[in-house]
This record gives sequence, C-alpha cells and structure tokens, in this order.
Amino acid sequence: MPHLGATALCIDAATRALKDAAITKDQVDGLVTCNSFAEPYMYHAEAIAEYLQIFPRYCVTANAGGGTTFSSIQHAATAIATGVCETVLLCMADSLRTGLSREQAKKMQSSTGHPEFETPYGATVPAYYALIARAHMDAYGTTAEQFAAVAVSGRQHAARNPAAQMRELISVEDVLNSRMIADPLHLLDCSLVSDGGAAIVMTSAQRASDFPHDPVYILGAGEGHCHEHISQAKSLTTSAAVESGRRAYRMAGLGPEDIDVAQLYDCFTPVVLIELEDLGFCPKGEAGAFVASGGTAPGGVLPVNTHGGMLSHCHPGNPGAMFSLTEAVAQLRRAAGDRQVEDAQIALVHGQGGIMSSHATLILARESGT
Amino acid sequence: MSGHNGKFLPVPRPETEGWWENCRNHKLMIQRCSDCGEFQFYPRIICAGCMSGQLEWVESAGRGKVSTYTVCRLPVAEAYASDVPYVVALVRLEEGPVMMSNVVDCDPESVKTGMLVEVAFQKWSETVTIPQFKPVAERTTQ
Ligand SMILES: [Zn+2]
Repeated sequence: MPHLGATALCIDAATRALKDAAITKDQVDGLVTCNSFAEPYMYHAEAIAEYLQIFPRYCVTANAGGGTTFSSIQHAATAIATGVCETVLLCMADSLRTGLSREQAKKMQSSTGHPEFETPYGATVPAYYALIARAHMDAYGTTAEQFAAVAVSGRQHAARNPAAQMRELISVEDVLNSRMIADPLHLLDCSLVSDGGAAIVMTSAQRASDFPHDPVYILGAGEGHCHEHISQAKSLTTSAAVESGRRAYRMAGLGPEDIDVAQLYDCFTPVVLIELEDLGFCPKGEAGAFVASGGTAPGGVLPVNTHGGMLSHCHPGNPGAMFSLTEAVAQLRRAAGDRQVEDAQIALVHGQGGIMSSHATLILARESGT
Repeated sequence: MSGHNGKFLPVPRPETEGWWENCRNHKLMIQRCSDCGEFQFYPRIICAGCMSGQLEWVESAGRGKVSTYTVCRLPVAEAYASDVPYVVALVRLEEGPVMMSNVVDCDPESVKTGMLVEVAFQKWSETVTIPQFKPVAERTTQ
C-alpha cells in the first residue's frame, strides 16, 4: 500500500468496494462519507463525488463520531427503501497517524467536550472515558484487570489477522504495566492512532442478487442518542446502546442469543464492557467477568472484534467502525481466514461516538431471512 | 497552576457572558425554572425540562460531591503540562446539576468518588475566571 493522504485513502477504499461489487462508478447514485480531520472539506461528500467524477442524487457527509458508520447505513437504507436512490457508496477514511499537523492535532483535542463548560478543564480523550470507567468500577466493582482483559482478547483476535496494526500477544500484566494515561486507563486500554479507510456498496437485496460476490443482508438497524457532553449524561454506566440495540433487535426479530459474532466499538476498553451489557449479552455489571473468562476471545461464547478492533487492528478516527463492518461482512461471507468464526450466520455491529453519546447498532446476516 | 496562556479558554456567547461575569465576581450561578422549579446547568435560554422560558438566576451554594473523576497523567496541551498530574471530575452540586471541573488544592491521589468539595475560583485571564473545586475543609468540633 503506497503512502496516501486521507482523501486518497477514501478514494482507494471506494475503488476497491466498487471492484468487489463489480459495478462501475456510473451505477452509484448515492454517496455517504464522513469528514476528515487531516484533510477536511467544507462539504466532504461533494468533494469526494467531484474527485470520482460521479454525480449522485443522494449525497451526505455524516458526522456522529464513531457512530457515524452505522447511522449512515440506516440513512442509506432508508434512502434506498424509499426510492430516493438505488445504489449507495459509503466511503470513509482519515490519516490521523501521519496526516495531522501540530495545529490540527491541538484543534482536534480542544474540540472534544463542551467549549465553554468542559474543554477548559483539560481532559484528554482518554480522560473523558476514564470518567465512565471509574463510574463503572464504583457501581459494579469492575476492576482494572477486567478492563485489561478486553485489550488481551482483542489482541488474541488480531494475532490471527495479517492486516492488524498490532499482532503481538499481550497479557493483563502488560496492560497494567503500560503507562498510566488517565486513571484507571493505561496506554494499552486505549485504541491506536492510524491512517486508514474502508468502503462498502449498498443496494436493495433484489439488485444485489446480480452481483458476483455474496451480499450480506441488513436485518435490523437502530440508533440511540442520550447526550453530547458527558457532564450532561443521565447515566455514566448505562448508555443509549440499550435503545439502539433494542430497536435493531426488534427490526430483525432477533435477540442477543441469536448473535454468532459481534464487532463492538472499542475506542477504550471500558466501552466494550458497557456495550456487552447494554446490548443484552451480559447482565449489568457482569461484562468484566465475562470477558476475563474468555467469553469474547477466539473460540469464546461470543467472539468480539475478530479483526482485532480499534485496540489492535487500527483506528483512523471517525471511520474507525468501518472496519468492524468490513470484518462482519468477511465473517458472514466465510472469508475471514484464520480468524473465521465457524458457521457464522448472524453478526451484530455497534458504534458509538462522542463520549458514549451517539449509538448505532446493525444486525447483519448471511441469508436474507425472508 | 501558574501561567494559563495557551489553555483552552472559553469564549463566552452573548447569552452566557453574564454567567462568566459572575464567575469573575466569585459567584457560581445556576438557573431555576419559575414554572417547574427544576435547577439546570449549563445555562440555557429555555428550561430543558418543560421548555419554559421563565428562568431565574440563583447563586449556588457552591458545594457538591465528586460523582466520578480521573487523574490526567498526560496533559491535553502544552499549556496544561505544568499542572500534571491534575484531576478532572464531574461534581454534582447540592442543588442537583452536574458540572465538569478540576479538583485542586489537594493531593490528586486523595480524590475519591463521593468526596465533598466546594467551589474555588481561579483567574486565568483578564476576562476568564474558572470555577474549580477543592475539598471541603474538615469540620473542627469545638
Ligand atoms: Zn421547567
């Protein structure tokens, strides 16, 4: 892979997705992107359309942080179902690792939090999440070892993925011995900083039957939004993943017990525990023990983040969750190589953005379910 | 905590200028809805409970409890480096609303959830005085 900037990464991903779907760019009449920190445009999706020289009738730059990817899919599915457009290209990329200037990096840090009532106090992004982590420890007795177990599980999956940025196995002790960033979060409780992009093509199930590769079907989608700023959260330990999950399960007519593999947003280790609980995989307060006992590891009851997640695979910012999506597609197509979950039929993907603010859940399947 | 140049200073909006002016005078103001009686923070032009526009400014007692906290071992920007390690916390005021703030004037390792704190204003510039919190002094029994 040559060294590319954020715009070029986005175009590169789009090109690969069109090739996989075996369609030409002229067949794309809907485009969804998210803005880039490194190479921002005032109107990002329009800039990408211009670069590709496509002229869509549905063109959206989505912006809900890590939840962007999956809420965009709900928007795109709605547009397709209502006939606004037929075939949507979703492409998202950024280059946070190599593409940010010092000033841009500072601006990104200072744009987290409420500009008047939070940002002045100097919380780093890990510090905002540490507030959640501490609250979960206080409420349920969750331990630093249990947070660390999330990183250990992710790395076990990443070790089987040649595309993962970090593949060397780590132990709970390694996490606890890594540098403290914002108590109780250590360096290895934090996700990576990466350059990267991914893209998918969405269309109706009927049109997809003409495509050369197996499609994956969207059975359910749901969103939940509870706040933007963490100081305004109604609860620090229960998130709107409860609502986004419930809405997605209801649409799909399925429940947590039906899920074979899950890709959960893992910007920081405590987030995965709250998602496991709020999405109904564990009773409240029990996700720490579940992960520590290997429940999410390769071969576990519920393999989670089989590509390695943002803790070990990569995390380019807003597009971070795109890789959970491409991984879920790979799993359902039985194309996940050494990390294939045996007989995977149903996958759940979940993204959240802000500080546990905007949640989006999708339920995907190998069969159309009709 | 000397030298606040380069910190992320708030830029007051037309409707919050008065709130920041009160901070300069060491008064921590919150809003109470005249219709439903709810307190709220941050300042809004409507009551987020009942959408009433009838809000009154009330001076908070300035006391509260730490509802969660972290100790920042890495600064968010160079201007915060000399403060490391510094505490960022959510403080629930006695009146009910929650504020983000720093807990200062104590050993960061001594901060705990549930700790009683009171407001301590710190001047960061000619126009910005920031409300932070410090532990409530032990009550002496005499
Ligand atoms: Zn009211």
